[in-house]
Amino acid sequence: MVEVLSEQVVRLAYLLSAVLFIQGLRDMTHPRTAVRGNLVSAVGMLIAVGVTVLWFEIISPVVLIGGLIVGGLVGAWLAVRVEMTQMPQLVGVFNGFGGGASALVAGAELVEFQAAAGGSFPLELAVAAAVSGIIGAVTLFGSMVAAGKLHGVISTGAVRYSGEHAVKAALLLVAVVAGIYLVVQPDLLSAYLHAAWVPPYWVLILAASVLGVMLVIPIGGADMPVVIALLNSYSGLAAAGTGFVLNNTALIIAGTLVGAAGMILTVIMCDAMNRSLTNVLFGGFGEVATPEEMDEIYEGNITETSPEELEMLLDTAGRVVIVPGYGMAVAQAQHAVAELAELLDADGVDVAFGIHPVAGRMPGHMNVLLAEADVPYDMMKELTEINPTFSQTDVVIVIGANDVVNPLANEDDSSPISGMPVLNVGEADTVIVNKRSLSPGFSGIPNPLFARANTYMLFGDGKESMQDVVNEYKDSR
Amino acid sequence: MTDFITNVTLFVLAAFLGYSVITKIPATLHTPLMSGANAITGITLVGAVVVAGSGATTFATVLGFVAVVMATVNVVGGYLVSHFMLEDFHGGGRRDG
Repeated sequence: MVEVLSEQVVRLAYLLSAVLFIQGLRDMTHPRTAVRGNLVSAVGMLIAVGVTVLWFEIISPVVLIGGLIVGGLVGAWLAVRVEMTQMPQLVGVFNGFGGGASALVAGAELVEFQAAAGGSFPLELAVAAAVSGIIGAVTLFGSMVAAGKLHGVISTGAVRYSGEHAVKAALLLVAVVAGIYLVVQPDLLSAYLHAAWVPPYWVLILAASVLGVMLVIPIGGADMPVVIALLNSYSGLAAAGTGFVLNNTALIIAGTLVGAAGMILTVIMCDAMNRSLTNVLFGGFGEVATPEEMDEIYEGNITETSPEELEMLLDTAGRVVIVPGYGMAVAQAQHAVAELAELLDADGVDVAFGIHPVAGRMPGHMNVLLAEADVPYDMMKELTEINPTFSQTDVVIVIGANDVVNPLANEDDSSPISGMPVLNVGEADTVIVNKRSLSPGFSGIPNPLFARANTYMLFGDGKESMQDVVNEYKDSR
Repeated sequence: MTDFITNVTLFVLAAFLGYSVITKIPATLHTPLMSGANAITGITLVGAVVVAGSGATTFATVLGFVAVVMATVNVVGGYLVSHFMLEDFHGGGRRDG
């Protein structure tokens, strides 16, 4: 195929794509315009890919078209058949693929350069390829482990072992040394290391891949919102790095935008736990509370309740706040919860959802679950918005949440969650906590909220319990 | 080297722009933001198309093919799941039924 478009036209088309990506993200600032924003962004992508296919000399169109069809079908199939509750792991997988593709493209470019020009790589090319390769491979394998944990095929616990930091440091060192070798290209062992397939790059990829696994394996399930957001950022940075390799402005701008987005979400998630990124990635929580410690707080202070009693409370309530946590997602209780909210709202009760930033397994997890169950977005309130209203609230229903409503965060300076912003549900007249047992949350500490005089425990499966409450409520109308 | 400086300029400006746009996105939309941003990362497909189609060496073509598949999964899947999620968000008045 001859050159159909001049290079200037292609570059201008990339600029248009970048503008559409930015406009698409701007439209994401409100739920009303967000669907349009996503479409605008997709059109930007179509333009960028379209002009690239038209412009570059395509010597092997079968390979290209085959790849596009296979990828398109797999992507569409995954998107259509995924359950909303499986969304965190799917987002993780997609993240990984983006990062992996960037690493492979950078590698392919090195191989092509070697074949076409031979000799040593220009400095910018080698540095950019090394950066893109390390970040991309870490993203791919880190995302796969994160997705495996979220899907329950890899232990969701925090897997810690002695010397783990040394292992990670060693892997990073190998990757960096291989990267430096690419940049400097000494004559050392040249016959082997200067082969056409650019061996040092693949040593780098191998070390970074194992590093990706080792980085995420030790991190527990409840810290996944941070990990997913960080890997999102990395996949963007890998694309930007590949943009430097190829001198491609579309990749640099789009990749950097995503890198910034992921970084902001990472910071928001860490702030919401009052922990540093270093602590989330390399620290983790200590021991789980012993049964004795738990008894000391809970013994004789736990009051149980039933769906019937909760229904009676709701009959006279003027304002109700529902606080969902990961337990709601596990129990798939969102539809029952949404139905309850709708019934209360129809009867003139002031209903709101109080959503903690780290509730669930990815940023905004609770919101998409509730939206799928037809809860209007103006009912979903953020932590800072809902906290001042608890003192005027009659009933709070906590479903499947624990650490995010633990008053120790405010009261006990020595607590592992000290300083973490929490939902101050205890200020309401009555708190109902629906959980299966008194087992501690991710932080491993007991929750004194459960033992308070105005707290009642509704033990049982989230979905069944909420459905029982809904049925009781309907019967009494 | 001038190309490199231009690229760095773009990188820095895009980072600032991204920061100012994305901080305005409400927490409610953080999941669709992530999957949408994720789809944008699939822009690496542009690079993959170039290396897969150029057929310089067999090895580069194979790498390009795998990269095209991965990036296309990312683009198509990412935009679709974002679309499905965003369609669920509605506000103000309740939907009938």
